[in-house]
This record gives sequence, structure tokens and C-alpha cells, in this order.
Amino acid sequence: MSQSAVVSRRAGKNYLNVETSVKSWLLTRDHKRIGLMFLVLNVGALFVGGVFALLLRFEHLSPGPTIMDAITYNRLFTLHGVVMVWLFMIPAIPSAFGNFLVPLMIGAEDVAFPRLNLASVYLYVAGALIALWGMFHGGADTGWTFYTPYSSMTPTKVVPILIGVFIIGFSTIVTGINFIVTIHTLRAKGLTWMRMPLFVWAIYGTSIIQVLATPVLGLVLLLIALEHSLGLGIFDAARGGDPVLFQHLFWFYSHPAVYIMVLPAMGVVSEVIACFARKNPFGYKAIAYSSLGIAFVGFFTWGHHMFVSGQSTFDAGAFAVLSMLVGVFTAIKVFNWVATLYKGSIQFRTPFAYICGFLYFIVFGGMTGVAVATVSLDVHWHDTYFVVAHFHFIMVGATLMAFLAALHYWFPKMFGKMYNEGWGLVSAVLIILGFNATFIPQFWLGNFGMPRRYYNYPERFQWLHVASTAGSTLLFFGFMIILIYLFIALRFGRRAEWNPWGSRGFEWRTATPPPTHNFDQAPVFTHGPHEYHEPHEVDLA
Amino acid sequence: MNEFLRRLLFLPEQASSVAPGIDHLHYFVIITTMLMSAVVGWTALGFFIRFRRRSEIETTPRIEPGWKFETLAVGLPLIFFLAWFWMGFHAYIRLATPPPNSMEVYVMAKQWMWKFSYPGGPNAISTLHVPARRPVKLLMTSRDVIHSFFVPSFRIKQDVLPGRYTQTWFEAVEPGRYQILCAEFCGTDHSNMRGEVVAMRPEDFDAWLNEQRRGLTNRQDMAASAQEPVPPLTDMVEQGRRLAVAFACVKCHTIDGSPHIGPTWLDLYHRQERLANGDTVEVDEGYITESMMDPRAKVVAGFNPVMPTFQGRLDGPDTAAIVEYIKSLRSERINPTPSGGPAYEPIRGR
Amino acid sequence: MPDTHVHRAHHFQDLGKQVHAERLGMWLFLGTEVLLFAGLFVGYSFYRTLYPHAFAEASHHLDTPFGTLETFDLITSSLAMALGIHFTRTGRRRLSVAAVALTILMGLAFLGMHSVEYRHEYLEGMLPGQYYHFAELPLAGASLFFTMYFLMTGLHSLHVIAGVGVLTYLCVRTYRGAYSPAYQTPLELGGLYWHLVDMIWIFLYPLLYLI
Repeated sequence: MSQSAVVSRRAGKNYLNVETSVKSWLLTRDHKRIGLMFLVLNVGALFVGGVFALLLRFEHLSPGPTIMDAITYNRLFTLHGVVMVWLFMIPAIPSAFGNFLVPLMIGAEDVAFPRLNLASVYLYVAGALIALWGMFHGGADTGWTFYTPYSSMTPTKVVPILIGVFIIGFSTIVTGINFIVTIHTLRAKGLTWMRMPLFVWAIYGTSIIQVLATPVLGLVLLLIALEHSLGLGIFDAARGGDPVLFQHLFWFYSHPAVYIMVLPAMGVVSEVIACFARKNPFGYKAIAYSSLGIAFVGFFTWGHHMFVSGQSTFDAGAFAVLSMLVGVFTAIKVFNWVATLYKGSIQFRTPFAYICGFLYFIVFGGMTGVAVATVSLDVHWHDTYFVVAHFHFIMVGATLMAFLAALHYWFPKMFGKMYNEGWGLVSAVLIILGFNATFIPQFWLGNFGMPRRYYNYPERFQWLHVASTAGSTLLFFGFMIILIYLFIALRFGRRAEWNPWGSRGFEWRTATPPPTHNFDQAPVFTHGPHEYHEPHEVDLA
Repeated sequence: MNEFLRRLLFLPEQASSVAPGIDHLHYFVIITTMLMSAVVGWTALGFFIRFRRRSEIETTPRIEPGWKFETLAVGLPLIFFLAWFWMGFHAYIRLATPPPNSMEVYVMAKQWMWKFSYPGGPNAISTLHVPARRPVKLLMTSRDVIHSFFVPSFRIKQDVLPGRYTQTWFEAVEPGRYQILCAEFCGTDHSNMRGEVVAMRPEDFDAWLNEQRRGLTNRQDMAASAQEPVPPLTDMVEQGRRLAVAFACVKCHTIDGSPHIGPTWLDLYHRQERLANGDTVEVDEGYITESMMDPRAKVVAGFNPVMPTFQGRLDGPDTAAIVEYIKSLRSERINPTPSGGPAYEPIRGR
Repeated sequence: MPDTHVHRAHHFQDLGKQVHAERLGMWLFLGTEVLLFAGLFVGYSFYRTLYPHAFAEASHHLDTPFGTLETFDLITSSLAMALGIHFTRTGRRRLSVAAVALTILMGLAFLGMHSVEYRHEYLEGMLPGQYYHFAELPLAGASLFFTMYFLMTGLHSLHVIAGVGVLTYLCVRTYRGAYSPAYQTPLELGGLYWHLVDMIWIFLYPLLYLI
């Protein structure tokens, strides 16, 4: 390999131990440290949101009050949604892994605007703190969608949560702008667009969505906050306003937001699958362009959240057919990933186990997705547990699987330590099983006619709820195991080899963990990142 | 087969005329998706086993897709998805278009109850009595937040919005009782906002309706004598008449056919009116409500634009009552033709 | 050039790339600003099609000559800003400071004129939503016009205030000689932001005052 950007493998100082004071972390402009801080914050958010989810599941063990009253339940499902969507899912892969990896993958020293990058951490923290403050002083009971008129008249404290999410939106915009500019201007010599790693392509598509959609969300959240606190009557039917306008504006952001969550996940999968199959991704261009295709078409499908809201039949048809296109783009990716395995050399390790989970969830979640885009079927499914189960499969299942795959794949790169492979596989199996046990009963519940956000439900639904709760407990144990063995790995883990998976990705070219400035000399790229068919040189150094 | 799949998928009974069709599409979509997913899954599994890593220095060939594979990967899902879209959209149009001979019932939703009003008939809370085997059109509005009218057994759902009317329809195939659920989160007691559709044999329904109407008059007589508070159940037309007096509509609009400050209400419904700007409109519910909310939008030729707006002064049910009152004012007492057409959109200025 | 090293951050290979990155970042940021306003423009057009009559009537009650004056003021300030950048590029620092200061003054004048307008509307009762009590215009939808008016001009005024703050900082930096013909990107980016604020007003003015 003629990649010139290789440093000695046993470099004594890396980005973790070059400075260790708290101040050096809090004021760092190093994209790797910022990525790590986001990772810790995101895992924290995942834990909080997960505990909320578990409490909700336990409440559903019986109809009516089980462990909480109706208002608490309504607040909890709102907070579960807010925390999981805005504090975990949206920043999880772009802000944590994107920050850590994009400069490494394109051979840059840092992102284009390191100070703004640090600011985005603090914006995230500030937004999260304001939202948390709101949660402990009344919370909100509107659902994470904040539908007006209910959100304009709810007696709960919805404003701090809106403001919190608004500020987190800024953090997202800053991250997005940073990535686009970084990818445009800081690619190392020789790294053409068609040589970029697929993860970088996915982050690029994601950033475009973040930059284009988030301002509209910011505006609409501000409008709801004004409506709630001042009664401006923008969406108030009694003053001639139209509450459905809010839904249009909200979903104009929040539908593309789904792709903010899932596109980076697809990027992770392309990287990991190529590495563990030791093969170039089948149809690199198809995968790269379909990311952009999803980013583009994703902006024109928001109306499929509103099939029963009273929009015209024509609108419903148009949005339905456009939604089908997203299914086609996703299908292209799935076919290409599976085809990548053909004639590969497949090594089954923990990250790959999560990739299998990902493929499963994206296929079934995607298929139920085109099913709910079939307008007349959606009339029955809309706002029922079927939709809940569908988006937990595609958006949570897929993103979570990719997040865990990324965590296990790049853990050695980030920390220079190895985790216990056996426990890794055990928890992967537990989590995939638990996820299925939680949400497959919910598909049935939805078919059965169980509406979402129901505190009290007719008795005929009970046994399916009990099954779902049992599954969620399994899921929780799976996560706890991960937390424990990763913590043990950090303290006592075996020192990671320089490139433990034999990856050809550019991020593995530099030392593990990387030094503060990533590369000792400016790297020059002569190959693509996934060229596993090249003769396998033993050390690449 | 239908029954087996329905139970396997946990679908509720098929109690409306559209339900079996929708379920058949449901089976078709689910079976094809499961088959396609299974093919993808088994292929992947086959590859895992066939191409597992046998030695650490194994190398792999570079394989790039040809145009045939790409065309197939795009074309196959596209054809399937478009087929589903086409079938689904057809069924959706049917769901969205009430048959012209539907019986109309007004639905008013509020936190956390459903109220049903029959034109010229009684009002009812939480229980919707309908005749089986006759299409019923629901004209729905909300008094506060957004609700959603959901009857799982009928496979219908429609959001109910404040400030405008949305519509849905169904035809119950068998007499029976079917649960109504609210599907759009509407506050603390959202999950208890339930109701029931009681489908009766058509002749039973007619008897029930007559009985209710008689009971109504009886109760009003009793109320007058016993000085009880006026019962909430009133005839919509009568209610509309009272509102028209209370809001002084009748000071400008006569009900005997003579023109006054505004056009007369007699025979107004379904009349062709010439507007000041030269257009003609047919007076329907939409035009009447629009004229109440935005009177200057379409002024009838020969009258001055002096009517104030009732936006914010009349809520949904009141508006509906006045519309029903106007509809009832006809010189010959023939049955008015049913009003088909799109949902009423009272606040729109189109 | 010696002072290029002062400005270049370590992770850029050369100043040219850095300037390219900064410009691209600014344009993306301006894009997000446009989209922020886009939501309001959508709301405005939607309600205008619902209440064409009321919106037309209500817009006649705004002070059009005053609005025209404000438009004139803002467009002229953009010219001053462009001149400011031009003078820095050609090395005439004092003229540049004067031009940027003029821009700031015109921005402040705009804010002053607009607050006079707001005061007038406050006294007349042309206020958003539940506060609307303007007797001459009882039409449905009129209060929505003023809701949209206050939201759009309010958000715009916030941007003018932010712009004045940014320009003041840049003016002081220019005065202290931080920018030279070789490197004046921050001033240029500040100018871009100011032009965007103007552009938005150029769309607001006809929508609210003229049609």
C-alpha cells in the first residue's frame, strides 16, 4: 500500500493521554475528544430514555393504573420520545462517531470549525439541561410531536422542553454545517469523491438534511412556545388559524429527521460489512447515491404522517407514492449489502452480529413501512401500536443496531482496549431477541386496534402487552451487560492491536488510539477505502 | 382462508362493507413482504455459511454489479411498491367518498366524549345508533383539541379537527355493537374517550328514531311543567332556530321569502345565487358556513356587504344547527336531495 | 505575506482553503436562516389564500410610506456595507470604518423607525391573536394578518439587532487594523449576513405593505 500517512504503531502519546486535566477535556477542540464527549452524553440519554420506556412497559402490565397515574404516564411517554429522538437518536451516530471518524477517514487534522464543534457540545448540554429542568418542574404531556391545539392549552410545562429542543436543534445545525464544509474543503490529497468511505457519504447526506430541515423545526417549536405562553392564535381555529398547518411544518422537519437517524446507520453498516466480509462493497456508487436519493426524496414524503388528518385525497396519493420511492432506495442498499457477502470471507464477530440484527430490522421495518404507506391500510394502522412497532423497528431497531455495531467496531480505535468477545455475542443475541419480543406483539396489538398513547386499554389487549413487557426486560438486561463489560474493558481490557479487524478503512491507518493531530505527515490517498480485493499486505505500514 | 389469516394477524371482525376488501389487501401485502424478506434473509444466511472465513489470509475477488443487477434491484421493488400503492389508493378513494344516499350524522368531539346529533332527530352521547346495511356519513368537528374517530371493526379512522368539518363514512354489514376509540392523543383521559356504534336492523332503527323524537317532545313538555332544567337533548333544527333568534340572524334574513337586508332563508338551500362579482354559486353547507365566518368573501348581488363575521362567536355544533335550520326552511315540504360532495370547510375562504 | 499566518488555523493547508471553508460555512448558515423564515412565509401564503380579502384590507392599514422609507434605508445600508468591504480590500482603512459605521447607523435608524410603527399599531389595537382589538377591521383573518406581521417583522428585527451587534464588533476590529487587503474574510462574512437581512426585508416589504 502506498498510503503515506502512517505513524509508528506504538506512539506513546495519543489524544487520550496527551493531556488529562478536566479543563483539557472541557475546553478541547479536538474532534476526537468532542466525539467521545458526545458518545458519553448519548449513552446517558439512551439510559434515561430506556428507563422511561421500561416504566411505560411496566405500567401496561394491566389496564388502568398499575404503577402510575394517567398524568404521569402521559408525561413519561412524552419524555421517552423527546429524550430518545432528540438527545439520543439524532445526535447518536453523526455527533459521536461522525465527529470522531470523519476527519480520520478523509485524512484531515480536524473538522473545519473546531471551536463551533465544541460549541455544539455545550449547546446540546444546555438544551438537555433546560429540557430536564422542565421535566422535573411539571414535564409536558403532549407527546414528542407537540400537536396543537393540545400543546397550546396543556396545563403542563411545555415551554422549557420546547426551548430545550430548540437549542439542541442549533447544536445539530452546527454539526451539520461543520461536516459539509469539512468534507468539501479538508479532504486529503488524492481523496476524490468516489474514493470517499461510504460512512462519509452517509454523514454528508445526513448533514444536508440537518441543515435544511432543522431551521423549520426550530421555527415551529418557537411558534408553539409563543402560542402556549401568549396565545397568538397562529394555529388556533377560533381565530381563523389552522392546526393542521402545524402538522405540515412539524413533519417537514420530523420526517427527514427519521433519515437523519437512519442514514448514518446505513453508513456504519457499509463500513462494517465490508470489513468483516473482507470485500469491497457491492455497488459502491449505488449505495452512495441512494443515500443522497433518500436525503432528497425524504423531504417530500412528510404528508404520509397525515393520511387521516383531513388532507385531500390527491395529497394523500402523492405522498404515498413518494414514500414508496424511499422504500426503493432502501431496497437498493439492502440488496447491495447482501450481495457484498457473496464470495466474501465472512468473520462472525460482535459488530457483525449487530449488522445481522440491522439487516433483519431494516428489512422487516422497511417492509412494514411500505405497508403503512399503502394508504387504505394506513387508515386502520394510523396512530395504533402497529405504527409504534413499525418505527421502533426501522428507526430505533436499525439505528440502535448500527450504533452498537459502531461502538463495538470502533471501540478499540477510540480507547485502545479490547472487550470480551464472548459477552459481546451474548448481549447481542439478548438484545436482538429482546427487541423482537418487545415489538412483535405490538404489531399484533396494532392490527387488533390498540391506539397508541393509551394509559387505560380494553382488557382484550392485555396478554399481548404482558408479552411485550417481558421482551423489554430482556432488552434491558442486554444493555446492562454491555455497559458492564465495556466498563471492565476500559479499566482492565487487553491492549488493542493497531488494526484488530484487518480493516482497510483510512481511520485505521493512523495509530490506535490516534495522536492528537491524527497524522504525522499529511496523508496522500491512492486507493479507495474498501479495496479488500487488493493483495493483502500483512502490515500496511 | 380469510378467517384463518384474520385470526393469525389479530385483526378484529370485519363489520363494515369495506373491511373485507381492505383486509384482503392487507393479507396480500403482508404475505408478499414476508416472502420477499424471507428470500433476502435466507440468501444472507446462506452466504454466512457458504462464505465464512476459513483462513486469516484469505483473499476475495472484486465484484461490481452489472446493469442487469441494478435494474433488477430498482425495478423489482418499484413494481411491487407501485402495485401496492395503486391498490391501496383505489381502496382509499372508496374510503374517502361517501355514497350519495348516505344518512348524515353530525359528530362533535370534546375532551373526552363523543356527541352525535341526527338532523331533525335526537342527540346522543357516546352511543351512535345506526341502521345496518345503510351507508352512514359522519360530519365531524371538535370543540377543543384534535381527536380521531376510530372504529377498528370498520377499519375506518378520521381525525376530528376544531374549526372545520371532516367526514368519514361506513356501512355496518350486521347488527351489532362496535367499539369507538379516540386515536389522536387528546389529554389526560384520552384512553377513556370511548364510545360505541350500535348497528340495528333498519326497521328497528327507524322505530328507535321515531321513539326518540317522540320522547324528545314529551320531555320538553315535561320540562316546561316540572320546571326541570332543559334537557341537553334537543332537535338540531329547533336548536338552530333558537340560535338564529339569539344571534339576531333573523333581523336581516327573513324566513318567509321576502328580501330584506340580507337574502331570505326560505328555499335558500340548493338555490343558485348570483354574486356581486358576477359568479354564481350553488348554496350548500360549505357556502352557508363560509358566509357566516367570512361574509364579505362572496356577497350575493343586490345586497350590501354589511354582515358581521361570526368567526369565534359560533362554535361548530351551533354552526351546524343553524345550517340544519336553514336547510329545513323549504316552501314545499319535499325531501331535500342529500348533500354529497366534499367535507364542509367552514373557515375556508375558497 | 506575514499576516496570513496569524489568521490561518493549523488544520488548513493554506489560507485559500480556509477562506473557502469559511465562505461555504457562512453560505450554509445563510441557507438555514432562509429556511427559518421559509416556515413563516409558508404560513403567510397559506393564510393569505384562506383570507385574501382580510389580508388585503389589513395590509392597507399599515403605514406604507414609512415602510418604503425603511426599505430605502436598508438597501442604502447594504450599499454602505459593500463599500466598507471594498475600501478594506483597497487598503483605505479609515473610509472603510466610516462606511461600516454608516451601515450600523442606518441599521439603528431602521430599528427606530420600526419601533415607531409598532407603537402606532399597539395604540390602534392592531395586535396578534387574542390582543387584537382594531375596530375598523372586524373581518375574520385580520388578526391573523397582524399575527404574521408581528412574527415576521419581529424575527427580522431580531436579525437586524444581531446584525448591528456583529457589525459593531467588525467595525472596532477594522478600526484597530485587524483586516488588510490580504485577509478580510470576517468583514466579508459579516457583510453577507447583513445583505441577507436586507434580502429578507425586500421580500417582507411587498408581502406585508404593498399587496
